[in-house]
Amino acid sequence: MDNRENKVMLQLENVNKYFFRYTQDEQWAVRNLNLKISEGQFVTVVGSNGAGKTTLLNLISGSYLPDSGKIMINGEDVTNLPAYRRAPYIGRVFQNTFQGTAPSLTIEENLSLAYLKGKRKGLRPAINDEVKKFFQEKLADVGLGLEKRLRERVGLLSGGQRQALALVMATFGHPKILLLDEHTANLDPKTGEKIMELTNKLIEENTLTALMVTHNLQSALSFGDRTLMMDEGEIVLDLVGEERKKMTIEELLERFSELRHKKFTEDRALLSS
Amino acid sequence: MFGILALGVFITFRCLDFPDLTVDGSYPLGAAVFAVMIYHGFGAGWAMLAAFLAGALAGAFTGFLHTFSRIPALLSGILTMTCLYSINLRIMGRPNISLSENLGHRTIFVILRDWFPEVPEAYLRLAFLLVLIVGIKLLLDFFLGTEIGLSIRATGDNETLVESQGVNPDSMKLIGVSVSNALVAFSGAMFAQHQGFVDVNMGIGMVVSGLASVIVGEVLMRGKTIFVMTLQVIVGSIVYRLATAVALNWGYNIGFKPYDLKLFTGLIVIIILSYPAVQERFSRRARTKQNG
Ligand SMILES: Nc1ncnc2c1ncn2[C@@H]1O[C@H](COP(=O)(O)OP(=O)(O)OP(=O)(O)O)[C@@H](O)[C@H]1O
Ligand SMILES: [Mg+2]
Repeated sequence: MDNRENKVMLQLENVNKYFFRYTQDEQWAVRNLNLKISEGQFVTVVGSNGAGKTTLLNLISGSYLPDSGKIMINGEDVTNLPAYRRAPYIGRVFQNTFQGTAPSLTIEENLSLAYLKGKRKGLRPAINDEVKKFFQEKLADVGLGLEKRLRERVGLLSGGQRQALALVMATFGHPKILLLDEHTANLDPKTGEKIMELTNKLIEENTLTALMVTHNLQSALSFGDRTLMMDEGEIVLDLVGEERKKMTIEELLERFSELRHKKFTEDRALLSS
Repeated sequence: MFGILALGVFITFRCLDFPDLTVDGSYPLGAAVFAVMIYHGFGAGWAMLAAFLAGALAGAFTGFLHTFSRIPALLSGILTMTCLYSINLRIMGRPNISLSENLGHRTIFVILRDWFPEVPEAYLRLAFLLVLIVGIKLLLDFFLGTEIGLSIRATGDNETLVESQGVNPDSMKLIGVSVSNALVAFSGAMFAQHQGFVDVNMGIGMVVSGLASVIVGEVLMRGKTIFVMTLQVIVGSIVYRLATAVALNWGYNIGFKPYDLKLFTGLIVIIILSYPAVQERFSRRARTKQNG
């Protein structure tokens, strides 16, 4: 038996999340959700607007705490840990290209922040020649020429460059799980494609476990090895193996309307497929 | 001397993005603690250290109100400042205290004069203050470049990111506001020694004058590295002090009184802060005219 393949990296048990609970505006954003992701799996997530995809990632990262249920990362119960205590296990890239980096700090300062993740902060200089060299190597792998611009402020970079940097930062220290929330959605299609390739490369090279939300159904099916479809706070479809390989976008949309008795409504999905 | 205060204000307003009004209370706090320590026979060095620590404590209190009790930053500062007014009076025992060599109060300036009796006192003070401010600047530059310093700056920039990098943003705010007020109180202690007296009301308007120094510096010099930014603050505070001195001297002829100084300071800050918005409005109007 291959132990590695079967080791569960992330597990959610009966997780529920409400917004404005017990008010008129109550939103049941995540409903009795159960999910197991094995080590090394690259899972893509699609779903209509408001399906709860972002909320799911926020629950995993600890940005939101669940109303009930249990969340385990690598066998450790993290349900009640605040975001900053879970951070050492998690790498994260956001949709908003300004969210994953600190714009008024330089490239090297941003990298250093990620490099120090999970380490005790002291009164040592945050940047020295040794880590600089390490940063340069990592950035050179990305191939955007950023390694020559370590001292430039991140706010001056383009959205794509910022996302590339955020990705590199998110993969530092080999996180147990990488969370990506439509991280190419705010980029032009060509840059988006490049970042997607980079994402794939980083995940493969570092054999990371990853959960990627995307509105692009094609990417959802072609990247990774498992696809989840969400609707109204539930996982309605879980595709792996042969079934997934044969799946087309049309069939996926059809399956959705069969299951949910409605059309898949995602304003951007149609545009990009 | 005011440069130290301005560096303190710089930490909260610029690095942390935390508009901290504790300053108006921690400035006289530093002076009060210093004076009382001197009255109790402690040396100037110990008294300055005590002032520094008292300021850090005041800052920590504001930080605590904000991070633990979730009181908005502005209100937290105002609350601490208000409490400090009474506390300062309690520490001093009366509204003002004078420090005098005749009473055996050996301030740092008296000590220096005894060390270098041949140098004229005015020069000696100036030289000492220059060395002091440069020293503090370099120390602060170093601090902001350390792991903790970097985390503090990142907190002011992008709190979500800091959290996702495993740093508790609340701790960083607490540390930042404490360091800031420690510097402010230290500057209050220096001022007390320079003037030879302490008054409970000496802190009124100090945040705004610190802020004035910071933004005057930013207008005068460009640059975004820490080294340049702290330099901006110091240059800004010197220029600002010169400007107020000139304004007072000149203004004397047109009926300007010392108590108009706060008005003058406020106006400087208002003008500089309004400038971008006013400029934008004018250029937009110009554009619509062109198009129409
Ligand atoms: N911070 C919040 N406060 C209140 N309601 C929220 C909050 N975040 C999400 N919701 C609600 O929870 C539901 C799920 O939202 P979520 O952002 O997780 O959807 P999503 O699948 O990411 O959608 P999208 O494709 O638009 O990004 C929505 O009904 C939304 O209105
Ligand atoms: Mg979303």
